[in-house]
Amino acid sequence: MAEYSALSLLKNALTGNRDWKPAWRKPDPRPAYDVIIVGGGGHGLATAYYLAAEHGITNVAVLEKGWLGSGNIGRNTTIVRSNYLLPESIRFYDFSVKLWENLSHELNYNVMFSQRGVLNLAHSPGQADAYIRRGNAMRHGGGDADWLTREQIARKVPGLDLSASARFPVVGGLLQKRAGTARHDAVAWGYARGADRRGVDIIENCEVTGFLRDGDRITGVSTTRGDIRARKVGVAVAGSTGRVLNLAGIEKFPIESHVLQAFVSEALKPFVDCVVTFGGGHLYMSQSDKGGLVFGGSLDYYNSYAQRGNLPTVEDVMSEICAMFPSVARLRLLRSWGGVMDMSMDGSPIITKGPLPGMYLNCGWCYGGFKATPASGYAFAWTIAKDEPHAINAPYSLSRFERGAVIDETGHGPTPKLH
Amino acid sequence: MLISCPHCGPRDLAEFSYQGDATRTRPDPASTDTQAWHDYVYARPNPAGPHREFWQHAGGCRAHLLVVRDTLTHEIHSTALARPSRAGGETA
Repeated sequence: MAEYSALSLLKNALTGNRDWKPAWRKPDPRPAYDVIIVGGGGHGLATAYYLAAEHGITNVAVLEKGWLGSGNIGRNTTIVRSNYLLPESIRFYDFSVKLWENLSHELNYNVMFSQRGVLNLAHSPGQADAYIRRGNAMRHGGGDADWLTREQIARKVPGLDLSASARFPVVGGLLQKRAGTARHDAVAWGYARGADRRGVDIIENCEVTGFLRDGDRITGVSTTRGDIRARKVGVAVAGSTGRVLNLAGIEKFPIESHVLQAFVSEALKPFVDCVVTFGGGHLYMSQSDKGGLVFGGSLDYYNSYAQRGNLPTVEDVMSEICAMFPSVARLRLLRSWGGVMDMSMDGSPIITKGPLPGMYLNCGWCYGGFKATPASGYAFAWTIAKDEPHAINAPYSLSRFERGAVIDETGHGPTPKLH
Repeated sequence: MLISCPHCGPRDLAEFSYQGDATRTRPDPASTDTQAWHDYVYARPNPAGPHREFWQHAGGCRAHLLVVRDTLTHEIHSTALARPSRAGGETA
């Protein structure tokens, strides 16, 4: 019987709900493991899960400096999509969407993946052409994309300002129907439980303070809970990548850490049933199941490790959402927060063996880490288990910068704040 | 965040445009050292703490500034004009 099912719900209801097992244990670290994953966020936990589930590697520890899922997995706007232009990106993110489609069944944990669609608004004929080209690339890569006219958008999203007098009049929009949103905490908890039940030790409040080395080779980590040895150490720490690599003696790396803010309004009755992005600036919004509008915009545009931002960006984002949906102007904002993004030099991630022997690295997710969680974990686990990349992450090497083989979706070049 | 422009005094963040890491030095344009070019174009120290960086007072006097700012707290330690410091004079 599955751990969570209608039957187990009934059985536990009859026994007063006293027999539920915690979703993961709280083990003390052992002196050595086959694999250590640094970082107990979505990507680290997914990696541990797929190491155990796909490769039979269960002697694994996930080390988390805070509590499980306290970083970006709990700080994002929960959007899942694969509306990319370049073949490498389409392959990777569409694979991720396919994993999302089966994730609740795979994990026996409801991640509430809702394929409500992502609609990118276009505000000029040039932008419309660019989106239609992207839609064609998505279809060519095996995904789905539909071009909507302004009339079709008016029926789909009634609250939008589609008048000719709008600051940025809407020309049309690109809809990816398979895209949508998911319950972000549930993703972390589901992967954690799946990994835990397969024997993975998830160790919280255990900060890595250094790397154990044998010459160049990484042989484990020093932590606030003692030294732990491992044959392989995977690092999946998103915005903290620079700090953790510094501990390994790597001073410079093609990553900058930036702060990205997100916002939630007070709860409304059903208002918008898909994710909408504003092409006149940079804004993405959806309505949560609780009714709040969840939205975000651009980075604050300066290097930061602080999980909070400044007011100019807040004002900018608010003016954009009011330009899209004039009726929300009187809404009150409930919460805002910041997360630290590992902005890479071409806007694409790095999933690779290295850069030191015994080390494996997963970073550079920019704004887009949440949707990538399943594919990132799958590909990183593959890379760790087999010592070679999976076909979907082979292009996301570290050496691509030296070889000039960057994967730059937006064409902004090595300017991380613009990706 | 307020940045003290040497010309204009303390001004709001919204008036400034961020130009990034100020510790990089461009190799000689005639250089064919690919590692040096790679490091210049792509490698960043990305420190958690004091960070030397360029800003431009784009919405004010348009001066380019060299700012030392803490990336953990957003506290600004010093602000100076970028040009004299590049010439080896006053440094921030």
